[in-house]
Parts: sequence; structure tokens; C-alpha cells
Amino acid sequence: MATVHFTSQLERFLPAPSVDVGPGAATLGAALTAVFRDHPALKSYILDDQGALRRHVAVFVAGTPARDREKLTDPVGPDEEIHVFQALSGG
Amino acid sequence: MSDLLQVATRKGLFEIARKNGGWDIVASHFLGDPISAVLTIDGMTLAAPDLGHFGPKLWRRDGNGTWSEMAMPTFPEKPADADDDPHPWTLGRIWNFTPGGVPGRLYAGTMPGGLFRSDDMGETWSLVEGLWLHPDRKKWFGVAGGEQPGLSSVLVDPRDPAHVTVGVSTGGVWSTRDEGRTWNVINKGMTNEYMPPDQQGDPIPQDIHQLAQCPGHPDVMWCQHHSAIFRSTDGGENWRMVTAAKPTGFGFAVQAHPTDGETAWFVPAEKDERRIPKDGKLVVSRTRDGGKTFEVLSKGLPQHHAYDLVYRHALAVDETGERLAFGSTSGGFWISEDAGDSWQALDARLPPIAAVKFA
Repeated sequence: MATVHFTSQLERFLPAPSVDVGPGAATLGAALTAVFRDHPALKSYILDDQGALRRHVAVFVAGTPARDREKLTDPVGPDEEIHVFQALSGG
Repeated sequence: MSDLLQVATRKGLFEIARKNGGWDIVASHFLGDPISAVLTIDGMTLAAPDLGHFGPKLWRRDGNGTWSEMAMPTFPEKPADADDDPHPWTLGRIWNFTPGGVPGRLYAGTMPGGLFRSDDMGETWSLVEGLWLHPDRKKWFGVAGGEQPGLSSVLVDPRDPAHVTVGVSTGGVWSTRDEGRTWNVINKGMTNEYMPPDQQGDPIPQDIHQLAQCPGHPDVMWCQHHSAIFRSTDGGENWRMVTAAKPTGFGFAVQAHPTDGETAWFVPAEKDERRIPKDGKLVVSRTRDGGKTFEVLSKGLPQHHAYDLVYRHALAVDETGERLAFGSTSGGFWISEDAGDSWQALDARLPPIAAVKFA
């Protein structure tokens, strides 16, 4: 099953553990939704009010930067790793 | 008389207290993170970390000193027919908090121009839709330092909490008398120098750097506008340009005296195209006669190569009108205990200062 990992930078603000999201999460959006179900406070750190990735948050799906940062439709294969980092910008 | 100041900076929230006749930093919070707004009311403190990567946040400190993260003010889902809206429906920054005039009520003024209201001391927030959905809101435009309009000022009428006046940078002065359901732009008499000549008097393109209201005479309002200082004596309906300002009429911050409708303070800068103190001398200007004349106050302020700019929320006055404090983009911080006649510098090199409040 796919796993979502978060930058340890987030631990300054709130718990951000790695989460196995189960086989149903076929897109980046579905994987993140599964994470936020158990960790609702994380959502506003990663997504803006309209559900898009925050401008200075970087997401990699199986090593590739997420392409659809608005609707989060990038496909996620079983056992793939999703990494959420802070981008080298902002701050 | 307040003995505690809260200072929101680019690198944390600092608390400064009066001790042994002087002032010193007694606490710091959120060290390293930008704080865009702070307010203490009824023993609780709200602070808005504006995280560079992870967005604007909202924390509250309760009466026993524990900080907790609150749900943020959030814009509703952008409707499909709002494609022509030039501004995002997502919170860019919490720019100020204002007590709402009834127990538990707070307002948050934000970028991109949303006004949010809480009726439970900041635990939950709702967008004041009457203002956000006003068709003329789409005519607002971005301010220096940001691409989005900002709701720079929120004034709640001490006689009637349903009467709220807001200033928008850039979008004019707006007023509601029915708790936010309906709004009108009201700033008749304001003019600017940055629009084409035939539009300089239009109400919406007025850049309201900051509004201040005299609590003892709520119909008296002051405006530090991008192009000049203006004053109203009828609750913001009509404005008169104050031409006697010294050394200049340009700046960002203004504070009104709590009881004397004739007195207000400003921290002037040279001009729009050179935003530094005139001649490198940092001064506060004060009028005590409704803007007819101004005093330039410099005792205790740096007068040699000072390039401190003071942002619009970074000048504060306490409820007596005797104590004032302000902080600068260079991290300088000064306090007066005699209505601005003289100033003492805080012995610290703070980060750039966004907002100063008496707690």
C-alpha cells in the first residue's frame, strides 16, 4: 500500500507521522484525504482553502514532482511512496 | 495604563513589560516564525503565525498560558461562476485582529481582503459574505508588498457593534450598519495621485493605509492614506484632506487619542517613492487641534542616519493616551510615557516589526 511521508520540519508545529493509506488511494488527492481523515490538523499546512497544494509545499509521487497541484489527480500506484517537503522557496 | 506590549515580528512574537521604571522583553513565542497579527482581550491572546511554506496559522493562548492552534479563517469553495474574480479565494495573511464590541466577538482583517468574524473568541470563524460578495469588491487591487488587496483596518463603533467600518488597501472605506449583511463604500472627499486625473476622486481606488477612530468621539476618524492624511467628523461619510502635516503627509501608521477627538499621531516617511524618514531623522508627528497644526516629536528618537519605516499596525496607544509605542522595519522599538513628547528606545535588536499592541 502507498505511504505518505512528511518533512520533519512539520514536527515543529504538529505531529506529522508517515501514514500507510491503503489500496484505495489511487490518486494523490485520495492519498492525502486518507491522511487528513486521521490527522485533520495537517490539512491546512499542505493545502490552501480551495484544496490546492500550497505554493511553497513540494510533493513527490514515486520520486516525481506532482504535476497537478490544483486537483491532485496524479496517479498513485500500490506500494508507491509519496513525500511531502517544504519547497526551496518561501520562508 | 498598560504595562505590557506585544510585538509581532518577522521572527516571532515578543512581550515587553514595564519593570523598574524601564521596559524590557519578558517573553518570546514562535521564535523564528513570522507573526502577522496579535491581540490580547479578556485574558486570551491571539497570534497569527504566517508560515512561509505552510501558510497562515492561528494560535490562541488561554488564561493559564497554554497555546493551542485554532481553526483558521477559511474562504468557502470558489463558485464556478466566479472565474472573473481577480483575487484568490484562499487566505493569504491574517493582517489584524479587532475586538467586535460584544463578548466573544472578534474580527480578522485579511489578505486578499476577506473580513472574518468569530463569536467564540477565535475558535471558529466565518467570512462576512456581505462584503466579500459585494460586486464592487472585484475592483479592489493589490497593495505594495503584496499582490492582493488587504483589509487594513476594522473599526467597531463603541455605541453600536452592528456599525463596522473597514479600510481596504486598496479599495476605499466601507461601512455596515446591520452587522455585516449590507455594505456601502463611503469615503467621499478622498483623492489620490496615482490614478488617471478623472478617477482620482473615485471612492474605490483609494488606498487606505490605516484608519483610526477616537473611541470617545466615534464620529471622528483619521486616515493615513497613500497620498495624504484625511479626517472625518461624521463617521467616515465625508473626509477632508489634512494639509498641515509635518514633516510630510506620507506614511502608514495612525493612532487616534482615546478620548480627545482633536489629537492623533502619525509616523511620517519622506514620500511614496522614497519610503524612509525624511533626512534620515525618525520622528512622530502629532496634532492636537484636529489637524490644523502638527508638532514634530523627536526627543529620544534617532536623528542620524535612521532609515526605519513603520508599518501600519506597528504604532500603538494605550487607553490613557499617555503611553505610545512603535516598532520599525529595522527592528527599532520606542516607547513614550508622555503622549509622544519623549521616547525611550528598547535595548534590543528586534526582527522587522509588523504589529505592536498594548495588552
